[in-house]
Amino acid sequence: MNKKLATLALGALMASGPALADLVIPSLSYRTGPFAAGGIPFADGYADYFTMLNERDGGIGGVPIRLIECETGYTTEKGVECYESTKNEGSLVYQPLSTGITYQLIPKVSADGIPLQTVGYGRTSAANGDVFKWVFNYPANYWNGASGAVNHILEENGGDISGKKVALVYHNSAYGKEPIRTLEELSKKHGFELSLLPVDSPGQEQKSQWLQIRRDRPDYVVLWGWGVMNQVAIQEAANIRFPMENFIGVWWSGAEPDVLPSGEASNGYKALAFTATGDGFPVFEDIKKYVHDADKAAGAGDKVGTVQYNRAVYSAMLAAEAIRKAQEIHGVADITPAMMRDGMEALSITDERMAELGMSGFGPTFDVSCENHGGPGLVAVTQWDANAQEWNVISDFKPTDTEVIGALIAEDSAAYAAENNIEGRCG
Amino acid sequence: MFYREAGDFKTSYIADSQTFPIKFDRYRYYVVLAVAFGIIPFIINDYWANALLLPFLIYAIAAIGLNILVGYCGQVSLGTGGFMAVGAYACYKLMTAFPDVSMFIHVILAGGITAIVGVLFGLPSLRIKGFYLAVATLAAQFFLVWLFNRVPWFYNYSASGQINAPERDVFGIIITGPNAPAWATYLFCLIFLTVCAIIARNLTRGTTGRTWMAIRDMDIAAEIIGVNPLKAKLTAFAVSSFFVGVAGALFFAVYLGAVEVGEVFGIQKSFLVLFMVIIGGLGSIFGSFAGAAFLVLLPVVLKVVGVDVLGWPTDIVAHLQLVIVGALIIMFLILEPHGLAQLWRVAKEKLRLWPFPH
Repeated sequence: MNKKLATLALGALMASGPALADLVIPSLSYRTGPFAAGGIPFADGYADYFTMLNERDGGIGGVPIRLIECETGYTTEKGVECYESTKNEGSLVYQPLSTGITYQLIPKVSADGIPLQTVGYGRTSAANGDVFKWVFNYPANYWNGASGAVNHILEENGGDISGKKVALVYHNSAYGKEPIRTLEELSKKHGFELSLLPVDSPGQEQKSQWLQIRRDRPDYVVLWGWGVMNQVAIQEAANIRFPMENFIGVWWSGAEPDVLPSGEASNGYKALAFTATGDGFPVFEDIKKYVHDADKAAGAGDKVGTVQYNRAVYSAMLAAEAIRKAQEIHGVADITPAMMRDGMEALSITDERMAELGMSGFGPTFDVSCENHGGPGLVAVTQWDANAQEWNVISDFKPTDTEVIGALIAEDSAAYAAENNIEGRCG
Repeated sequence: MFYREAGDFKTSYIADSQTFPIKFDRYRYYVVLAVAFGIIPFIINDYWANALLLPFLIYAIAAIGLNILVGYCGQVSLGTGGFMAVGAYACYKLMTAFPDVSMFIHVILAGGITAIVGVLFGLPSLRIKGFYLAVATLAAQFFLVWLFNRVPWFYNYSASGQINAPERDVFGIIITGPNAPAWATYLFCLIFLTVCAIIARNLTRGTTGRTWMAIRDMDIAAEIIGVNPLKAKLTAFAVSSFFVGVAGALFFAVYLGAVEVGEVFGIQKSFLVLFMVIIGGLGSIFGSFAGAAFLVLLPVVLKVVGVDVLGWPTDIVAHLQLVIVGALIIMFLILEPHGLAQLWRVAKEKLRLWPFPH
């Protein structure tokens, strides 16, 4: 009986094939495992925004969106399985929310001709569109983040941080190692001392790292964690009474689940951001009205306005805008992945458009070009207010050190191009 | 009825001691081989290759390797993930250092390097056994993963610490990288699995295998009858690590293409392969296949049934998967400790007598 059911199921899967006229968007989410704290709100936000477009506008350009959610558990093997099982459904764009899976998918999407959108994560040097034709990591990448953190420290110290000590506590994986090169360059440039403290995945065990911080007494600690690692790090910092104002996380280390467990102690903790916080934007009224009130919310429906939810809404908005752009360029409503790529490369997010979408000032505005798939790299700083239990944006979206980052991107992408025999195409 | 032996006469020792002594069994084996080599490559697509068949083939090689060590020689090992990582990194270093050499040679050499590492970590088995040896191999697991994360030479100083398989070929057919056709990657792994299984089967029924089993059953008695424990244990570690290394190399180069050592070759991988061996059946080559198939296919089937057919939320299905797989493992251990291979053996026994069980 079981076997029969499985055969039937597999048969049904095979037969369903390329679907009718709809815009297929896979969501490689993870609602289970040690990284679910970040994965759940993101998956909810990504789904809710598209549901809202379907309910309010009947999709994009009159074509409904079909979201396929596939659970990866943040593991690359399941990520590959998800990719293979969804790519033949006419999937327009992948967003895996995992640097490991992104590395896995970059060669595959390039061979299959499906764009990959990694908003604020993934392979940093994919910002060079000349080499990475199918990968987009706007509006800011990890190296912008590293530079943004250093810029903030510079600002607080009147522009001179020579001789200061900065410790990087990072997830010992491709994701956590990404900022090291940039921080090393910046430490040469600005003369601060950098120490590296890796934490093995998933990151619950950090005692020795924080003992070392206690001994070395760095002036600042930069956190590059995700999921369960963040809350442990913030709790450990609180335990050794590290001044929270001098503790700065990357944008994936600065959400509500990360700071809430340590309560009052986390007051003043800072994190970088490329999106605004809170739910005080008109777009959320629409999401509430068309999605939550209509009982069509993804997940438990209680994540609206949280940091990762907002970031997912922003990410979904960028994908939707790219679809719109692609429809405009090619004059057809039911676009293909190749058209989607053209739309993403011609994407232009302006202040007027953001206002129309009900997201004025929600994230940076930018134009994508053939060479630049990485956006402007504008980074803001947010701070946690434990009493009001909210994240506050305490700076504008500020530029980062593009001189240092640009050189590193050129170097890394040139190495990738040489390894894979890729010719520049923008020239 | 199905497994009739009537009229199937053996007239030589060779015929009597062949792998499949019953005619029907032998022909079934040829049919399976014919389908695997002659039909599947023509109908395979990317999904079947990358989501089901490649992981099955590669895990089966790893399970055979571990089965030799645990099932045949009785040396409990929790270091499989680490040894797979050795195979993967050896293969990566060879691929980047000698780009023009055929992938076949790279994979075999990677297996050889893993065999050497395996023997090194097998040395403690001469003094300790059982639970203590498991802990010693666990140390190998953690040490190797730490080593590949720590020393940049292993990942060619790449910024992210990941290793990426460049495009490499066999006789002009691309085997690694995103442009490799599904049938080629499938056949490449299938050839390795077939050869590994044949080697393992013949090793285990020859002198070497008998010395392993003697050590497993009672090492002191084995020593008294003239088995050299040093040689037996270290050959078991070498052969087992060779297969596991081949599996690791294929896992990295052909299946995933990019690997982060802590995530892909962590302790969970050691447990997964050990579960395959236990569920499949200790000391059985067929059991290695059955265990790999069970643990690779079951989650996919559960996902397809839960999400695509029944339309349940993905997180509930993912949690149910853990529950069901866990419950099945416990049930297996209680109801049939010798695994799927034993079930198969019993079923065959019944079919041989059916419909006259007396």
